[in-house]
Amino acid sequence: MATAHTATHNEASHDHHDHEHHENFITKYIFSQDHKMIGKQFLITGMFWAIIGGLLSLIFRLQLGFPDMDLEWLRPILRGWITPDGRLDPEFYLALVTMHGTIMVFFVLTAGLSGTFSNFLIPLQIGARDMASGFMNMLSYWFFFLSGLIMFISLFIETGPASGGWVVYPPLSALEQAMPGSGLGMTLWLIAMTFFIASSLLGGINYITTVINLRTKGMSFSKLPLTIWAFFLTAVIGLLSFPVLFSAALLLVFDRSFGTSFYLSDIYIGGEALPNTGGSPVLYQHLFWFLGHPEVYIVLLPALGITSEVIATNSRKPIFGYKAMIISMLGITILSFVVWAHHMFVSGLNPFLGSIFMFLTLIIAIPSAVKVFNYLTTLWRGNLIFTPGMLFSIGLVSFFISGGLTGIFLGNSAIDIQLHDTYFVVAHFHLVMGSASFFGLMAGVYHWFPKMFGRMMDARLGYVHFWLTFIGVYLVFFPMHYIGIAGFPRRYYSWTGFEFSNMYTDLNMFVSVAAIITFGAQLIFLFNFFYSMYKGRVASLNPWRSNTLEWTTPLHPGHGNWPGEIPAVYRWPYDYSKPGAKDDFIPQTVPLSATPESNLPHEQELVKLEKEIIADEEAVLVADESKES
Amino acid sequence: MEEKYAYIEGAEQPIAMHPKKFALWLFIVTVVMIFASLTSAYIVRQSEGNWLEFDLPDIFWYNSAIIILSSITLHWAYMAAKKDDLSKIRLGMILTSILGVAFLIGQWYSWAALVDRDVFFVGNPAGSFLYVFTGLHGLHLVSGVIFLIIVLISSFRYQVHSKNMHTMEMCVTYWHFLGGLWLYLFMFLLLNH
Repeated sequence: MATAHTATHNEASHDHHDHEHHENFITKYIFSQDHKMIGKQFLITGMFWAIIGGLLSLIFRLQLGFPDMDLEWLRPILRGWITPDGRLDPEFYLALVTMHGTIMVFFVLTAGLSGTFSNFLIPLQIGARDMASGFMNMLSYWFFFLSGLIMFISLFIETGPASGGWVVYPPLSALEQAMPGSGLGMTLWLIAMTFFIASSLLGGINYITTVINLRTKGMSFSKLPLTIWAFFLTAVIGLLSFPVLFSAALLLVFDRSFGTSFYLSDIYIGGEALPNTGGSPVLYQHLFWFLGHPEVYIVLLPALGITSEVIATNSRKPIFGYKAMIISMLGITILSFVVWAHHMFVSGLNPFLGSIFMFLTLIIAIPSAVKVFNYLTTLWRGNLIFTPGMLFSIGLVSFFISGGLTGIFLGNSAIDIQLHDTYFVVAHFHLVMGSASFFGLMAGVYHWFPKMFGRMMDARLGYVHFWLTFIGVYLVFFPMHYIGIAGFPRRYYSWTGFEFSNMYTDLNMFVSVAAIITFGAQLIFLFNFFYSMYKGRVASLNPWRSNTLEWTTPLHPGHGNWPGEIPAVYRWPYDYSKPGAKDDFIPQTVPLSATPESNLPHEQELVKLEKEIIADEEAVLVADESKES
Repeated sequence: MEEKYAYIEGAEQPIAMHPKKFALWLFIVTVVMIFASLTSAYIVRQSEGNWLEFDLPDIFWYNSAIIILSSITLHWAYMAAKKDDLSKIRLGMILTSILGVAFLIGQWYSWAALVDRDVFFVGNPAGSFLYVFTGLHGLHLVSGVIFLIIVLISSFRYQVHSKNMHTMEMCVTYWHFLGGLWLYLFMFLLLNH
């Protein structure tokens, strides 16, 4: 064992040696195996998809807000999807909704959020040189890229991209005759998602392995930053749920291309019966939502983790209820797997089963409320520093509350009969999952930009971006609650056939205008991001005066993160404003024995244990010196 | 940026598990989830009625015996590797690979037997599920055989011995898992068909 260990170690240092010498443009920026570069690749790709996904939503918002508008000016881009009389093609409307959902949920908020920050932060915050397998990590990005490429191509084919909603329920998605989008577009969707699943699993396996096996000395699970806990549990959820989506997609592929009947039964098209019998479309819903619901937490947990870190740092206070935070995240992780059928209350589900799922669903409110409480109590009487990252984190908490409350309504199987598939649902998940996660992503970008690029983003532009987006999001999604309660179903091209809908034309117009302004505000961010990357103020080593390990690296960490030894860790990451301490923050690398003035009684006990770690470290240092000489 | 970083890993990591082995276990978890979801789908669908009843091919019994035997020969090779007995490692690995291929051929004949019973891939989901189970498991088994052959080749290059067991151990874990997975699927089908 010992020999094997040294053997791999020699190999690693050899590889590394090679790497430094042959590092050219391709190995550094394209086929990079450095977790920091891969994180940035995920971020840039995620931003690209966010723009595409956002633009798609603006097009259908135009249709919803201004149904009589002449869209002739979009013809240069949309070509045949604009009908001769200047309207949006109804089939294309469905494609827009589907693609907006797929892109935002999977490409932006899963890959763009978890992919960026898990890759970038896990090794830096746990004190590792890189991910467990740099190669698998690179593969993870390139599978994602390939998946995106296929999805992108599907936007331009003649029959249009997949159009059955992002959930792609059969039989709509299984039969080519059902709608144009269920042809080639759906096939490409399935291929793209297969690559995406492979990418997520490769990434997830890497994240879990790294967090468990490669933590630095002293970094026990009880000293992990909450970001890492969140990324870790996100990866666990992904590992358990994405294979199920794969199963669902596989059976759908068989139904579509091989003529099996897993999901199809007794279907008549044009008066003629299809040969398929014995299938069950509800089976697909079960399989899909077994991924689909955990997916919500795959999207949300990393954002919550980032928020914990940013709020604690900028309140200059230890996070309130560190253990309660971990336990509630564990609770959310477990519960996320047993609530999927609340998406299926109106699918003919046994009402008794419905009440069980309703009960389990409502239990999730408890860990979620614990987290909200802890965020608020961390903010309470803190020395708040309103950096843009902090503002976005507070924005997340706001959306998490306002969107979470409507979840309590929707989780009730009786109320869901009225609200199911209305704009109320759209408002709910866009606030609690969409906007909250997006704000977590933004908080992360503003907070860790100095570590990513060694420069600061402009704070004033950040404030403008925050306020426009924050107010904009509420203006877009708040009215949707009313529209939904009034009974507007989602995914409808137009409501002009219904008398009651006339009353809400102006509200829809309002929402559309707000959406356009909110999207426009993101251009400020884009400018700020790329301008600051090259022209921003050069950052100091620890600009937010934060405790975690990533701020102990050089301004531009190379491949391997720390020159020389990886620092050891002696304390939890939330020693902010500790009574008696000289500074209002004590980084994790400061031994307890160095701060007798601020140690608590039980920490004084730990000082003895610590001496052993320090003795170990010195032994290694001596060994190094003798090796060098 | 171009500073040279010395790669000196600290003393023992908190949990001393080889990262690649750990990653293999996580991969196994994903495969478990795929089959767990498929077998659950089978039960859910079966409970809805309109289910084709047919006898399972007897050849499944022989295949199960073959896969158990292959696990035994692989374990024998593993014990030999611990004792640095190279000729036994090679013999054991060759036997296991042959048995693995024999199992795959056997599965092919089980499909033929199903077709004889008028159970086709396209038709009642009762049959389709059976083809998906065996086919997907077969695909994983192909990857297992490739892994066996990789270890076999490295044993000819003197790279498998008591001081370099990582690849061997991973191969053994994966193969036993695939064998166990088949036994689970077979048992499941016996109880639920």
